[in-house]
Amino acid sequence: MSRFRPCFETTRATSLLAIVGAAFVLASAAGCAYKPIEPWVKPYERERLADPVMKTSLNELPGRQQDHIYTVREGSRGATGVQGGGCGCN
Amino acid sequence: MAAIRNAATVAGLVGGALAVGSVQAVDLPEDRAETMYHLYDGGGVIAQGPAVLIRKSMLDRVSLSASYYVDAVSNASIDVVTTASKYKETRDQLDLGLDYVVRDSLIHVSGSKSMEPDYLADTLNVDLTQDVFGGMTTVVLGYSHADDKVGQHGTPGWIGTAHHEQYRLGVTQILTPRWTASANLEAIDDDGYLGSPYRLARVFGTYVHENDPTTRESKALKLSTTGDITGEGATNRSSVRAEYRYYWDTWGVRGHTLELGYNRTLAPGWLAETFVRYYRQNHALFYSDNAPEQTLYVTRNRELSTMHDFGPGATLSYTLKSVPGKYDVKLSASYQFIDFHYADYTDVRTGKPYSYKANVLNTVLSATF
Repeated sequence: MSRFRPCFETTRATSLLAIVGAAFVLASAAGCAYKPIEPWVKPYERERLADPVMKTSLNELPGRQQDHIYTVREGSRGATGVQGGGCGCN
Repeated sequence: MAAIRNAATVAGLVGGALAVGSVQAVDLPEDRAETMYHLYDGGGVIAQGPAVLIRKSMLDRVSLSASYYVDAVSNASIDVVTTASKYKETRDQLDLGLDYVVRDSLIHVSGSKSMEPDYLADTLNVDLTQDVFGGMTTVVLGYSHADDKVGQHGTPGWIGTAHHEQYRLGVTQILTPRWTASANLEAIDDDGYLGSPYRLARVFGTYVHENDPTTRESKALKLSTTGDITGEGATNRSSVRAEYRYYWDTWGVRGHTLELGYNRTLAPGWLAETFVRYYRQNHALFYSDNAPEQTLYVTRNRELSTMHDFGPGATLSYTLKSVPGKYDVKLSASYQFIDFHYADYTDVRTGKPYSYKANVLNTVLSATF
């Protein structure tokens, strides 16, 4: 069966991402020649960031329920931070 | 070829991110146990069941996890009641995982098996997490491979297979002592039987079996930020969160997801989490409510139509018992309302665009130890 590939936009987007990746590598390599940037938030200043109020969810299982509901009913998927578990979405 | 291109893209981004500064040790996930009852009720579908998860570390380097998730589905959705008969079935999913600290990295490997009477899915996940730049930047690189077997009631054996490759990259950056930002990129390649043997399309007003392409390449990019907005001297802590995801694929679907969240501690032991979520998409190139001409590919899958959904959600958690440094036990309850609207999917019973409302509930009893 012929492969269905109507969207050239995806190829352009992928190329753009590859260019951004290459730019990261070059910028990082160039940065090695200079004094590295010091972390500007010290470990003892991160107490607020570790507080439970900063989490999206306290538990792991509700995220799986939510991800499954969206994956079955919407055309979009991915980039949610929840690992795929496979489903028969018949 | 697409898989190689996706891997190269992600590797390029990770290479750049990892090169930005020194590395620092990462932590194992905390030991925990969860038990959940979940319910989805909407559009004639009721999916409910229990789920359990346990995670335990050993030797300070390894953490093992296992979870079991049950979806007992009673399906009388519009597809089913207009072209077939109501049915019930159960999906069981088993996950086993291992996290391992190697030098300055956390390696996560897990396997998953999802079982339905007419669908089997086996998935392998591998993720590498590394803190860089003095612990201010966390980079996660992941890969998943899934093999599915597709069946059909009344037909012995399997009628098709499908394979899925997922490549993901996540970067979380501490911006200030109060704010973090993250970016997640995921590329998914599907190959094989990607439709449903039950679903029907309409051509010239006549129902025919749908025919989907056998390949699909998808990408999604999510940007998010979370900030602590607790006032100086305030007793109760609060935070806000904003997320946006853009999705695009070779089937012509473009999706936008926006989510805003607000969390707040209400009293000692009490935490409230709230959010609103909006999603919209345009239809796939071969989607048609009622195709005016015969084409090679045609579907009337609502998931691929022009649609949007919107709804708020909230979770309330209470700490039942806490012994600092030893364990704590929490009970939480969540509710979410979702309003689905389809612009080009007609309810054949009324002749109007289809829409429905859904209620999502879960309660979780969890313990960390």
